[in-house]
Amino acid sequence: MSVLVYTESEEGKFKKTAYEVVSYARGIADMMSTTVTAVAVNAEETASLGTYGADKVVHIKSDKLSKFTANAYAAAVTEIAKNEGSKVVVLSSSANAKYLAPLLAVDLEAGYASNVVALPESASPFKVKRTAFTNKAFNHTEISTDVKIIGLSKNSFGLKEAQKDATETSFDPSLDDSQFKVEVQSVDKVKDKVTIADAEIVVSGGRGLKGPENWGMIEEMADILGAATACSKPVSDMGWRPHSEHVGQTGKPVASNLYIAVGISGAIQHLAGINASKTKVVINTDPEAPFFKAADYGIVGDAFEVVPKLNEKLKEFKANNS
Amino acid sequence: MKILVCISHVPDTTSKINFTENDTKFDTNGVQFVINPNDEFGLTRAMWFKEKQGATVDIINVGGPETEPTLRKALAIGADTAIRINTEALDGFQVAKELSAVAKEGNYDLIIAGRESIDYNGGMVPGMLASLLGASFVNTCIGLEVDGDTATAVREIDGGKETVTAKLPLVVGGQKGIVEESDLRIPNMRGIMMARKKPLEVKEPQGASTETSAVSFEKPAPKGDVKLISPDNLDELIDLLHNEAKAI
Repeated sequence: MSVLVYTESEEGKFKKTAYEVVSYARGIADMMSTTVTAVAVNAEETASLGTYGADKVVHIKSDKLSKFTANAYAAAVTEIAKNEGSKVVVLSSSANAKYLAPLLAVDLEAGYASNVVALPESASPFKVKRTAFTNKAFNHTEISTDVKIIGLSKNSFGLKEAQKDATETSFDPSLDDSQFKVEVQSVDKVKDKVTIADAEIVVSGGRGLKGPENWGMIEEMADILGAATACSKPVSDMGWRPHSEHVGQTGKPVASNLYIAVGISGAIQHLAGINASKTKVVINTDPEAPFFKAADYGIVGDAFEVVPKLNEKLKEFKANNS
Repeated sequence: MKILVCISHVPDTTSKINFTENDTKFDTNGVQFVINPNDEFGLTRAMWFKEKQGATVDIINVGGPETEPTLRKALAIGADTAIRINTEALDGFQVAKELSAVAKEGNYDLIIAGRESIDYNGGMVPGMLASLLGASFVNTCIGLEVDGDTATAVREIDGGKETVTAKLPLVVGGQKGIVEESDLRIPNMRGIMMARKKPLEVKEPQGASTETSAVSFEKPAPKGDVKLISPDNLDELIDLLHNEAKAI
């Protein structure tokens, strides 16, 4: 009956979203008066999941699963969900979780709601709130199947401490070759750089920066703040910045704590993609730019003057507050 | 190689989103519908396979007759034939089940769908379809080559990308990067004329069940006014970000 939660780690270390999904699963378990079982794969310090409310951790240690292979992971999680008799399975909204969830849904004959932003409004009928129309609206979705799968939007629930035992049991899933039809040949991951998916703060530049040669100050700000860099669609279309930095409706969604937009006017498609960020700052010369309607804080001014000055101030602030 | 491209019929990215009937239905009034952008990137890649590797390209949609102009547009871009499964698309699982029935009959080597539609953002149809067909699956696909019975695909992951090989049949969830924005094609007059004569087959649905239902909608609460800060007083911004927003 326990609520099952799939936790993600990287090189053994749990991601922050792992603790967020466990916190969320705890919330559901409390609503349904049941326990939380976390699934961890090749992770360290599984006891830390107990801090956020995991009663039990099913730990898979397997060389076969050292690389993320969606079908094999789906088979393993399905097996555990069946063993546990879980009625609710919770995942994050990472690229891997979104790869995995639909496969799980078929295996468990479960209804799946992605981009969920809050605890269920009711457990029976099981109804959740999720974003739709790329953050331009919310949608209340009822899941009618016996087993339900929830993809939790990043930063929507937060971390909530609820100390539990997190008793670890190890598990060896029965895997077969058919689950390895897609073979990972190579992984090319940016090192020493915060990714948009993991970032608490994102610093983003637009066409107002006039050319790729002017990104130094954006990167500097990102460095100072420990932030990821991003850009608007025209900037990636013109090849000033890589596609992987394009945020917006057809690019990556951003759900950071702080989003700083420099020289971005705020087209509706861009705003949709970054809307889930908690605090938004805009720096733009044009006071009529639509971004000012979406932002919390705004500076009407020339980025080339404001950003270098702001960087100095931020450095000072960081030096005094770390 | 037989390719099937799944086409979602969605509101244009610039659409204002409103709801009617007590916030239970999307208000299509004044909304222009287009090919889902993630699907259009995939369709364009399919055209490349058609031109360079002699593939045939069918397109498919689950929806009512109102989706046909969108299918005609995809035919005008260069797809060979269109299939419309004549039922309202209610949830991702139902759509995947309807698609899988037709896809099974068609024995496709490669099925390309967008990683998600920009309306409901469910992000589940490609994976579910692959699973129902027992096919290989690569999501968030930003590069795709096919050689014989093996595909090499690039998958976008958080913070980078990975290269995978997969045996056909394969389903991919495509997105920008599978082709570049500049590769997208605007149908020309000849394409539009030809598209009128291309077959558009209407198939009756299996009556697949739904697992979820979108009960109601709401718009985000209106935001308070922006706090403007003078460029000469950046300390104020830092103070607000630190003490008010608690963001730094």
